[in-house]
Amino acid sequence: MRIHLTVNGTGRTWEVAPGDTLLDVLRREGFAGVKKGCGTGDCGACTVLLNGRAVNACLVLAVKAEGHTVVTIEGVAQGGRLHPVQEAFLEAGAVQCGYCTPGMVLSAVSLLSHNPDPSEAEICEAISGNLCRCTGYVKQIAAIERAAARMRESQ
Amino acid sequence: MKKRESRAFVVVGKSEAKVDGRGLVTGRPMFVADVDVSDALVIKMLWSPYAHARIASIDTADAERMPGVACVLTHKNTPATRHTTAGQGFPEPSPYDARMFDTKVRFVGDRVAAVAAETEEVAERALAAIRVEYEELPAVLSIDEARRPGAPIVHDESDATGIYDPSKNVVADVDIDVGDVAVGFGESDLIVETTCETQYAQHTPIETHVVLASLDADDRLVLRTSTQVPFHVRRIVAQTLGIPVHRIRVVKPRIGGGFGVKQEVLLEDVAGWVTLQTRRPALFTLSRREEFTSSRTRHPMRVRVKVGVKKTGLVHAIEMEAVSNTGAYGAHGLTVLANTGSKTLPLYNKAENAHFFGQAVYTNLPVGGAYRGYGATQGYFALETAMDEAAERLGLDPIEFRLRNAIRTGEGSPIFAKLGEGREGVSQTVKSCELERCLEVGAERIGWTSARSKKERRGSWVHGVGMSIMMQGSGIPEIDMGAATIKMNEDGSFNLLVGATDLGTGSDTILAQIAAEVLGVPLAKILVTSSDTDVTPFDVGAYASSTTYVSGMAVQRAAEKVREQILGVAAPMLGVSTERLALRSESVIGEAGASVSLSRVCQRAMYETDQFQIAATASCVPSESPPPFLANFARVAVDTDTGVIKVLHYVAVVDCGVAINPRLAEGQVEGAIVNGIGYALSEEMQFSSRGRVRNPTLFDYKIPGALDIPRIDVVLVDSYEPTGPMGAKSVGEIGINGPIPTIANAIYDAVGVRLRQTPFTPERVLEALQRV
Ligand code: FES
Ligand code: FES
Repeated sequence: MRIHLTVNGTGRTWEVAPGDTLLDVLRREGFAGVKKGCGTGDCGACTVLLNGRAVNACLVLAVKAEGHTVVTIEGVAQGGRLHPVQEAFLEAGAVQCGYCTPGMVLSAVSLLSHNPDPSEAEICEAISGNLCRCTGYVKQIAAIERAAARMRESQ
Repeated sequence: MKKRESRAFVVVGKSEAKVDGRGLVTGRPMFVADVDVSDALVIKMLWSPYAHARIASIDTADAERMPGVACVLTHKNTPATRHTTAGQGFPEPSPYDARMFDTKVRFVGDRVAAVAAETEEVAERALAAIRVEYEELPAVLSIDEARRPGAPIVHDESDATGIYDPSKNVVADVDIDVGDVAVGFGESDLIVETTCETQYAQHTPIETHVVLASLDADDRLVLRTSTQVPFHVRRIVAQTLGIPVHRIRVVKPRIGGGFGVKQEVLLEDVAGWVTLQTRRPALFTLSRREEFTSSRTRHPMRVRVKVGVKKTGLVHAIEMEAVSNTGAYGAHGLTVLANTGSKTLPLYNKAENAHFFGQAVYTNLPVGGAYRGYGATQGYFALETAMDEAAERLGLDPIEFRLRNAIRTGEGSPIFAKLGEGREGVSQTVKSCELERCLEVGAERIGWTSARSKKERRGSWVHGVGMSIMMQGSGIPEIDMGAATIKMNEDGSFNLLVGATDLGTGSDTILAQIAAEVLGVPLAKILVTSSDTDVTPFDVGAYASSTTYVSGMAVQRAAEKVREQILGVAAPMLGVSTERLALRSESVIGEAGASVSLSRVCQRAMYETDQFQIAATASCVPSESPPPFLANFARVAVDTDTGVIKVLHYVAVVDCGVAINPRLAEGQVEGAIVNGIGYALSEEMQFSSRGRVRNPTLFDYKIPGALDIPRIDVVLVDSYEPTGPMGAKSVGEIGINGPIPTIANAIYDAVGVRLRQTPFTPERVLEALQRV
């Protein structure tokens, strides 16, 4: 079957099977920044924004994305300019292997879009579904705090 | 002296952003499966449903006939060479006890057959169509069962080699002595003895094992794989498949974490064989479930420690006995066992008498492998529990007790020479040890004196603080090797080619920082290419905390050679001799201030006079393995009603020599601590009575998330290792050893019970509380 959706601002029409997940389809269509760590909704590596909300793409059937808007990590930087969250991840040393990073960044982008001044607890809550085995989260939390501050300043 | 040395650095010692960071935060296709795999066959494996069985017959005819199936592999049509999957230096200290496909299966999750098909669905259907008759055999599912006289034999095949005593399921046996512990215990005023057991745990890198095999234009096999050991993969795949090394190219792109589990050749032989047979690219990915059941784990161990202490508070004798469960194959069996002693006992070098002995045994359970900490993690649980107990019984503060007994700068330990990587070790004297400073800083951060022994109560919660110390190594002396090549470009930039393997640790970045420092250029002028067996010089890979120290020294040496060549070209340009020149700010600078830019120097060498390529290769085989040191402190709360443990604050103070990149070094320790906290409190592979993993998902096997972490302070103390590149030692593994003994000792401080079995689940804590 055929689905129509907007991915990173561009309208797309894709042929999908009924059982395909959004994760399968996005990767197949070249959005390799969307990662798979489990396929069962437990790791958050596949996080994308669906109509602005962070979801696990491995748990969303592709057909359910019909008519909706998807943002993947490839769509976060604008015209070669990193998003403040991406910048902060680099500066704070929040990236080790980087496999959890796309999902983690998108969870943070989603958080900051509706809560510009989150507490540490709110940050932890927002990324609690994104498992990272490398960093111990310390620098990721610090990066999100740094990004939030920078975004507030530039408002 | 130390301070001056580190302040003189320009690029080293700075928290530079990772050289691969921009690509990673923007989601560029940098990982194995991120390239176009649309024309690749998909490989799926049929895994053994039995813990121990002979394959009586296997019929693949139906599967092979299915449309879309390219090939089916079994023991009948694949090479039978016995080898080890452990990616170690050659000859490997692990036994040759594995075959691509065997006639016997030895654990639930062992290989039976593989299918390569056009799609995953077809492959799955083909697997279901394979008919296997098994003759089930009695299984051994614990250390005790494996050691019982007359126990079923896990490896009864006649062609396996390197097993210590297959008839008794013993993979490896270690026994070393210093002095005489019997006499030593007799002369001691206090004896403390404790036995601690650790569980089956899995590394859970967020990217599971994955490999893409293909043929290049010359029909050579190209393996793009998620590995820590590209050169060992090339050698072991060549050996297993019976093809020459030069017909294989191994490329490691970015990989999604390793932690030891990717120091193993688990998929590449099968993917390679499929591609050679079918002439098609082939992708083999482990699912998360398969990663749990069929990849590698941390060797569970039972470690008994007996310590004899004099009234003076000096440890006089230590005995450590370790029994390790290596599962169905002996990968890393000997070396993990040996490290349990060799990476722990030298810490207490005042003991004139020491005895380490133990065995690694086979069971019909998932296979042990390398896991960050590599045996030391298991050893420190028992050792630091015993030391805490000894201090208490002597009425000494545990910090004071450690200070009296721990190794110091200028001292050695006979253990270093007696016990190495599964064989004799290498004698060494510690040249940098800031443990005392680590203890001081840590005690202050945690508020040791005000919090210790207070048993502060809040409702059913009781607070306590505990501590522990440890060391690790920096590479394997006289065995490990790293090499680096640097060549210069006409704009004054350099290509740095290293065999070293960045797992996400940031080694590409810190190796580039070392090169940049020597060559007097900013980091951006060093272009790193790593881990491609066709392009980069040899390196054993990322394990044993070797990269910074061993590969880093190779980079420093290569850069120094290149610097000499640059000065040689510049000298006539500036009309002075090379001794009077320095490299700084992308220029060669003479004493009087005359200078010439690096790009000018390279242009001259490339196009103008006495032309040659400015380039050099250098290697490093270290003659010692300087230990990093760590002092750990934790404040915990114990809920006496439910048995729940909450870590409130964790402080880790590290001496890793000069931190080439402090932020990345901190990140290594933070990640290791959180992994260690998971290992201490929640992570445990559970098994059915028939040896099947009961919790092979990230839902049921609980690794820490952002909501589970305490406040963590990592402090790097000022230190300088004279034998290291730019004064550096290692930092990758040591942190993971801390949480178990530190939390256990803090629990004791709070509620007076000693936990001797990990993980410290609420049930175990409650049970222990009821015993007192
Ligand atoms: S892959 Fe979707 S949550 Fe793990
Ligand atoms: S950086 Fe490796 S999993 Fe998060």
